[in-house]
Amino acid sequence: MNGTKVVNSAEKLGGFVYTMDKRLVSFMNDLGGVTILSFKTFIGVFKYRFDFKELVRQFSIIGNRSLSIVSLIAIFTGMVIALQLSIGLGRYGLKLNVGQLVGIAIFRELGPVLTCLMVAARVGSGIAAELGSMVVTEQVLAIEAMGANPINRLVVPRVIATIIACPLLTVLADLIGCFGGMLVTVKEASVTTQFYIDQIRTTVLVEDFVSGVSKSVFFGFFIAIIACYEGLKTSGGTEGVGQATTKAVVYASIVIFISDFFLTKLLLYI
Amino acid sequence: MGIVEFKNVSKFFGDKKVLEDADLSIEKGETITIMGGSGKGKTVFLKLLLGVLKADKGHIYFHGKDIGEMKEKNVVSMRRHIGMLFQGAALFDSLSVAENVAYPLREHFDYDDNAIAKIVTEKLGLVGMPGVEELMPAELSGGMKKRVGLARAIATDPDIILYDEPTTGLDPANTKRICNLILELQHKLKVTSIVVTHDMESAFRVTDRIAMLSNYKFEFVGTKEEAKNSSIPLVKHFINGDMDTNDG
Repeated sequence: MNGTKVVNSAEKLGGFVYTMDKRLVSFMNDLGGVTILSFKTFIGVFKYRFDFKELVRQFSIIGNRSLSIVSLIAIFTGMVIALQLSIGLGRYGLKLNVGQLVGIAIFRELGPVLTCLMVAARVGSGIAAELGSMVVTEQVLAIEAMGANPINRLVVPRVIATIIACPLLTVLADLIGCFGGMLVTVKEASVTTQFYIDQIRTTVLVEDFVSGVSKSVFFGFFIAIIACYEGLKTSGGTEGVGQATTKAVVYASIVIFISDFFLTKLLLYI
Repeated sequence: MGIVEFKNVSKFFGDKKVLEDADLSIEKGETITIMGGSGKGKTVFLKLLLGVLKADKGHIYFHGKDIGEMKEKNVVSMRRHIGMLFQGAALFDSLSVAENVAYPLREHFDYDDNAIAKIVTEKLGLVGMPGVEELMPAELSGGMKKRVGLARAIATDPDIILYDEPTTGLDPANTKRICNLILELQHKLKVTSIVVTHDMESAFRVTDRIAMLSNYKFEFVGTKEEAKNSSIPLVKHFINGDMDTNDG
């Protein structure tokens, strides 16, 4: 009886190790694939004729897809942060300092991270779905067959457009978030709008703003390159397109959170 | 030497063998049909010829030049001489019909917009689709998409046109129309045509020779009459349609 249990446990352990091994191999493959694609994209920027029209088209698509959702998320984030801080700081009689913390939180962290998470959801998914559909309908092969380079045509404009759009959207989110915070702080902490603005102006330093915006540049790159990679490696028809879209959003979100810590730490030294 | 030569070409995807020591010679101006079961390497054959895939072994010659030895720049310029009609036409959804047809022209030449517009109109006329320049691919039927795809394939006046399953998914009228177009283009443009298809009726209508892929190589290469009269079981079964194409 004990012998059977041991065998079963060993089989389970073997199965677990096998699954983990497969996942590790798949993870390493994806990591290698994204690195190679990043390298080829970097080379592509300098090597091939730049399609400025496509860059503008992609930039406008990103703006259309993200502007409203980013604004909505930003204003409510600012409002809820101000509300929570009013409660928390109110316990220590520090309600007058709400604006300072709202400013720091939004400019350094919430602005770039939440904005880029929204961009990952809206734009990353769109890029992966579009490229995935192009792969399964042989449009990517057609690009190659007609003598064009798919990385130059498809990846470079999307990556550059996202890298430019993310910091711009972050600046917008920072401002809207602070405005949302102001709406709540003025009521909850009974301060004037001028007092709230002065608090932010004196507390938030240029480096806080630069730190947040710089992170969003990296996040933009991660979002676009992961989405392009997942889109271009799509296989298995429409089901594959769905999987690529989900993976692009999930992986980009994970990478944003992980890299956020390291980038924040790195930017403290610069 | 033919316009295209496959010499002892092998291609593997990991452990999966697709082609092994495959030989085929295609003469200038002829129409050859590549047949074989699903997953037997027909599309891989086209991709090897386009230089999108590289052979693991052997040599592929285009106009006497080894594609495997060419630099990337030369492979790209070689593609100007090869037009391809894809199974689902593969038109770019975000571009109009005119922009789709103009795509390879913009890629390979420095023509101005007027010259490109003139060529686009001419090629669309050749495939019987005049006046659709401003339409988007989503507004076209399956047969129309194929014809626009064909206009795009001939835009650069290629030496070779590759047809990947040109009649798949089309109704009989459109199938007939596409077959007639292949014959017409063959006659007007004097191009070499390589047709990959399962459709025996269409194949016999348009082709001069048939090459049959099986067991990782071209097991049979001959004229359509030779194919019809062949006593080789593989060819007989395929032509009679009583072979499981997956077992090819």
